[in-house]
Amino acid sequence: MISIQGKGVSTGVAAGPLYFYQRAKATIHRYEIVDVDAEWARFKAAQAKAIEQLGVLAEKAREEAGDEAAMLFETHQLMAEDLDYEEAIEELIKNEKQNAESVVTDVAAQFAEMFASMDDSYMQARAADVKDVSTRIITILSGVVQGGIDSDVPVILAADDLAPSETVQLDKSKILGFITAGGSGSSHTAILARTMGIPAIIGVGDQLKPEYEGREVIADGGTGNVVIDPDEPTRDRLMAKRAELLKRQELLNQLKGLPNETKDGKTVRIYCNIGNPEDVHAVLENDGAGIGLFRSEFLYLNCDDYPTEDYQFEAYKKVLSDMGGKEVVIRTLDIGADKMIEYFQLPKEENPALGNRALRICLNRPEIFHTQLRALYRASAYGRLSIMFPMVTSVWEVKEAKKMCEQVKAELTAEGIPYSDEVDVGIMIETPAAAVISDRLAKIVDFFSIGTNDLTQYTLACDRQNNDLGRFFNAHHPAVLRLIKMVAENAHKAGIWCGICGELGADLELTETFLSIGVDELSVSPRAVLPLRQKVRETTVADVQEKLVANLMSDENDI
Amino acid sequence: MKSFDYVITDPVGIHARPAGILVKEVKNYKDSTITLTKGEKTVNLLKLMALMQMGIKQGDKVTVTVEGGDEEAVCAKIEEFFKANM
Repeated sequence: MISIQGKGVSTGVAAGPLYFYQRAKATIHRYEIVDVDAEWARFKAAQAKAIEQLGVLAEKAREEAGDEAAMLFETHQLMAEDLDYEEAIEELIKNEKQNAESVVTDVAAQFAEMFASMDDSYMQARAADVKDVSTRIITILSGVVQGGIDSDVPVILAADDLAPSETVQLDKSKILGFITAGGSGSSHTAILARTMGIPAIIGVGDQLKPEYEGREVIADGGTGNVVIDPDEPTRDRLMAKRAELLKRQELLNQLKGLPNETKDGKTVRIYCNIGNPEDVHAVLENDGAGIGLFRSEFLYLNCDDYPTEDYQFEAYKKVLSDMGGKEVVIRTLDIGADKMIEYFQLPKEENPALGNRALRICLNRPEIFHTQLRALYRASAYGRLSIMFPMVTSVWEVKEAKKMCEQVKAELTAEGIPYSDEVDVGIMIETPAAAVISDRLAKIVDFFSIGTNDLTQYTLACDRQNNDLGRFFNAHHPAVLRLIKMVAENAHKAGIWCGICGELGADLELTETFLSIGVDELSVSPRAVLPLRQKVRETTVADVQEKLVANLMSDENDI
Repeated sequence: MKSFDYVITDPVGIHARPAGILVKEVKNYKDSTITLTKGEKTVNLLKLMALMQMGIKQGDKVTVTVEGGDEEAVCAKIEEFFKANM
C-alpha cells in the first residue's frame, strides 16, 4: 500500500483504477512565412473556430453546472477575440513574418506573464485562462485532435493540471475523481470538480508516479489522502466513509434549498459555527443560512504576538464577502479558562473557568479589544456583520463594551473609513447570571445566543473537562432547559431574537423542545445542518408544544 | 462627451466574470467609444484583458466616459448597468 498526501479541494471518496490524462501535445514549429495575409487569414479562421468551440462548451457547462460555469467559457471567448491580444498577434505575423502557431505561443506567454505579475492571487490564476485559450487556437492551427480518456471503465483521473476546457470536455461518466500534481484551490479544475460533485485532490507533486497507472486507488477529497493498492482495513475504512458521504449527499440532494419549516409552518434559522475562514466553504456546501458563531480565537492562536488590526480585518472581510451578504455573527475574543495563549501572559489561576476570561479580559485590557473592534467594524462594510460578546454576567459589562463600539465607530467616521451602520450587537448567554437577568439584558442588545456548553457547566457547577463528572454533567438537566426557555421568553418580550450556538443546538432529541420554546436560530457545525433540517421538517410543533413546555416544569422531568 | 463617476460595490471588484459581462454589454454600442479611467490609467471597455489588468477592487472610484453615438442615452444605459452589476 502506498499513501500519498495532497490537498483535498472537493469532498467525497472515490475508488477505482488510476488513469493518466492523455494530452495531445502539439509541437510548435517556428518558421518564417512568405504570404503574411494568408497567415493572418489562417489565424483569423482558427480564432473563429476556437470561439465557436467555446460557445459549444459554454452551453455544455450551462447544462451541467449552470450559468456561472458557462460564463467562464464566455469569458474565454472574449479573451480569444480581445483587441490587444489580436493586435499583438497581427503585429508579429505581419511585421516579423512569423508563423501563427509560434506567434500565438509567444503572445500567450506575454499576456499570461502580465496576469501572473498582478498583486492579486485571483488575477494571477487567470494566466492559466489565457494559456488555455491560446492552446485551443494553436491546436486548431496545427490540426491536432484533443486528448481524453481511452478507457472502458470509470477511472480516477490523474494529470499535472487540467485546463478548464479539458475538464469540461471530459466524458463525466468515465470519471470518479481527480488527482492533480499542481493546481490551487481556486483553480477552475477545483471549482468545476466541486460544482459537479466529483472528489478532487490537488498538489500531490511528484508523489504520483506514472507506474501507478491502472492500479487500484482510493482518493479522499476531504482529507487529501490518496491510497494506491489499499490494504483491507484501509479499504474498509474508506469505503465506509464513502457510503456515509453518499448518504449525506443524498440527504443534501433531498433537502438543499428547502426551508427549515415544521409541518405546521413554524420556521427556525439554521446557521453554522465555524472556527476559521476556510470553513465558509463547508457552510455554503451544507446550505447553512448564515454563520451564528464565528470564533475569532483562531486569529490569536495562530500568532506569536497580538494580531494586528489589518491582519484581523482581512480575515473578517474574507468571511463576510465569501458569505455574500448572509449574516455572520463574529464572537469577540474568548480566551482564558481552557484556551490559553502564551503572549497574553495571563497569570495562572486556581479556578480559570471562574477567572479572567473572554469579555473580562477585553474589558480589563481595552487596547486588545479596541484593535479587534476596529478590525470588525472596518470589515462590516463587506457583508452583514453582527458582533457578539462572550461570558457576560452584568448589564454594566455590556454597556461598557457597547461604549467601546461607539468610540470605534466615531474614530472610523473621523478617519473617513467606511463601515456599516447596520451592525447588530448581541451577547452570549452562557452564565446563569446572564440568563436570570436576561429581561434586563434584552433591552440593551440586538440578540441573544445561548452557549449551552458553558451554561451547563456553570449552572450545574460541573467542570466539562473533567471526565469523572460525566454523569453529573447533563445538558438535558431541567435547570438548563428552564433557563433556555426563560431567556427565549425574555428575548421575545423585548422584540429581539434568541438562538442557541452550543452543542445542544444540534441535539436532535431537543429539537422539538427548542421549537416549542420558540428558539429563533440554531447554530450548529456545518455537517449538522441538514440532519437538523430534516428533523425540523418532520416535526409538528402544535402536537408536542404543550406537553414539552409543561414537562420542563413538571416532576416527570425529575432526574 | 459624457461621463459619470462610480464606486465599485461588487465585493470581488472587476474580476473576470464582471469584466466579461461588462465588455459584452459595451459591445452593444458600436457607435460610441466607451472608456474607463482609474487614477491615471484609462482603458477601452472593449478590451477585456486590459480591463482585468487594471485590477479594480471593491471601493475603487472609476470614471466612465462615452464619446460618439448617442452619448447621453448610452451613458445613462452604461451607468444603469454599473449600478446593477458592478
